[in-house]
Amino acid sequence: MKVSIERAALARAVAQAQSVVERRNTIPILANLLIETGEDGVSIRATDLDMEVVDRAPARVDQPGGTTVPAVMLNEIVRKLPDGALVTLSTAGQTGRLTVSAGRSTFQLATLPVEDFPQMASADYATRFEAPAGLLRRLFEKSKFAISTEETRYYLNGVYLHVAQGQDGPVLRAVATDGHRLARIDAPLPVGADGMPGVIVPRKTVNELRKLLDDDEAVIRVSVSDTKIRFETPLIALTSKVIDGTFPDYARVIPAANPRRMEVDAREFAAAVDRVATISSERSRAVKLALEEDRLLLTVNAPDSGTAEEELAVAYGDDRLEIGFNARYLLEIAGQVDRDNAVFLFNSSADPTVMREGDDPSALYVVMPMRV
Amino acid sequence: MLVHPRLWSFAIAHCDCDAFYAAVEKRDNPDLRDRPVIVGGGVRGVVSTACYLARLRGVRSAMPMVQAVRLCPEAAVVRPRFAAYEEASRAIRALMEGLTDRVEPLSLDEAFLDLRGTERVHAAPPALVLARFALAVEREVGVTLSIGLSENKFLAKLASDLDKPRGFAVLARDEAVERLSARPVSDLWGVGEAGRQALARAGIHRIRDLERWDIEALRTRFGSLGERLWHLARGEDARPVCRDRPIRSISHELTFEADLLDHDRLDGHLWRLSEKVSARAKTRGLAGRVVLLKLKRADHSLLTRRTTLREPTQMADTLYRTGRLLFDSVPEAGPFRLLGVGLGGICPAVDADRLGDLLDPDTARRRAAERAADAIRSRWGEAAIVKGRALR
Repeated sequence: MKVSIERAALARAVAQAQSVVERRNTIPILANLLIETGEDGVSIRATDLDMEVVDRAPARVDQPGGTTVPAVMLNEIVRKLPDGALVTLSTAGQTGRLTVSAGRSTFQLATLPVEDFPQMASADYATRFEAPAGLLRRLFEKSKFAISTEETRYYLNGVYLHVAQGQDGPVLRAVATDGHRLARIDAPLPVGADGMPGVIVPRKTVNELRKLLDDDEAVIRVSVSDTKIRFETPLIALTSKVIDGTFPDYARVIPAANPRRMEVDAREFAAAVDRVATISSERSRAVKLALEEDRLLLTVNAPDSGTAEEELAVAYGDDRLEIGFNARYLLEIAGQVDRDNAVFLFNSSADPTVMREGDDPSALYVVMPMRV
Repeated sequence: MLVHPRLWSFAIAHCDCDAFYAAVEKRDNPDLRDRPVIVGGGVRGVVSTACYLARLRGVRSAMPMVQAVRLCPEAAVVRPRFAAYEEASRAIRALMEGLTDRVEPLSLDEAFLDLRGTERVHAAPPALVLARFALAVEREVGVTLSIGLSENKFLAKLASDLDKPRGFAVLARDEAVERLSARPVSDLWGVGEAGRQALARAGIHRIRDLERWDIEALRTRFGSLGERLWHLARGEDARPVCRDRPIRSISHELTFEADLLDHDRLDGHLWRLSEKVSARAKTRGLAGRVVLLKLKRADHSLLTRRTTLREPTQMADTLYRTGRLLFDSVPEAGPFRLLGVGLGGICPAVDADRLGDLLDPDTARRRAAERAADAIRSRWGEAAIVKGRALR
């Protein structure tokens, strides 16, 4: 194999691929990237057996072929090469090493055989559709904070992506919950997505996906089967297994008629929560919300360090209410509101509270209160 | 009559009750006084404590009960009564607190005392204070103990073993080094089976083998363990006596009378163990974030599972449910010989069980029920209310 690639293109492809590689590996080949030549470039592939990413970079192919090299090492080297350099990757048959050269720098890297690199079996994708990157980004970015890390309820360790009935017809919906918070985000249903099976996209895939969805203009090709989901741009393809489990019936736990409504400027609210929470050594401590006639009093009482309180003007017209929350949960949920006011809907101090972004029906959050 | 050139200068003591559980049983039941007594559980259980009469027949703690009974068939086998031991332990602890504010309990029947600087308060040197203390324990609590006195914890602990039972021993560093020299290195504090093997590979079998090494070489090869061993082999130990060593975990386990395959019965045991762990956490005002499950297969091999909760708990219900999930995640059906439940990641109870679970709306109700049951039990006794599950 012998190819020449512009450094920036190689750096992008290698960096994206190597982030899939687990830092600790018991199987040596999983620490490697698979580099293969194509018609007018190279593809760089990485896998952790649950997820596979293939990055393409335009290159001049002098001699077709392939090899595998340690991902972290190659990434470091390419990152340190001078900007604008033309990088040549070549393997000389007998040594089994990959030569990386750019300008006056030359590196010889140990390789492992291409045949040993695990290929993810291709799936029969039942549904294929295209969606703007921005739409998918919103679905995943706004729900991922609620993904659970609990191993015992593994089916909560991802975002449940499925087709649901929204207010005005079918929507593409992302739901995540850890039992304490829940996020439900809707987007207009893309053409061709209607028959999509509901799948639980694992947390690591959601995090990797972020890089594919950066470019607002990009159109993403999505393919879904019962066991796999695949996201593609012209340069990157990310294929992931989905979590093999049943996502709980979330609709059952979303309160439909919480009567007490509080509207507050989300950023002011978040800043105030953040300030009062400073007094508690651990972020897990409770913030108490006391509501009375257009007035919200936030208090934190930390036995070892002291107390804090702050008053906020809000729109609230119901009976007096005192309710406690985990400060971090409240911050995360308030941080989701980007344009409108945050609207909180309470029932009692023991029941789940709903939060919405203004009148926008396409985003809904639920948070459990804390005993205070 | 105890004579030792440094008797009056040492001030670190290790106090160790003699066959503590058995001694409490004999105290409370005079019929047992002149009989060999073995405290332990069931036919399949192991010996917790054997009194000195039983020890004469070769019975040892941690020995399988079957073997113990074979060695000493006339022994009275008594099920442990932890409440009584805890009460006796508290009484002894109170007497210790009267000697110094630096008491480090190791278990119900063992503690380190640092008596440095107390000579003027008591108008007596530590050795005398301790001798009076031992008599006070015999008189007021009704059990005997052995005391080791030296210059550090390691040597004090060695010393308390020298003159058991009802003993008082003083050990100076040079004497200790001489005594230790031929002992296996695994006798040193902190050397488990893995450590023993690693040391054996380096040719270190007995404590005297450590003398050939310099401290740097030991540290390079064995890390902090190596450094500690170098000091211990020379009778040096800089650990302070610290009161209230934080509790790291709370756990209970049960060895079954016969290997158990019946999942309904295992489930019943899981619940009762969860209740015990929970009760201990509640009385101590503690909670934990990590749930541990321990199983022993019929061939004695160990199987453990653990998981971290979103918030700490002290609730039997949460422990049981999480333990059950862990149990169900084990890909084997059994039979099992032992089941254990534990709580780790210990923290104060104020942080526990405050969040509800959206997906399990009954959580709050079950917690309220458990708190109500606890209140009833604290008023009317342990058996006043039990769950149906506990009867399985």
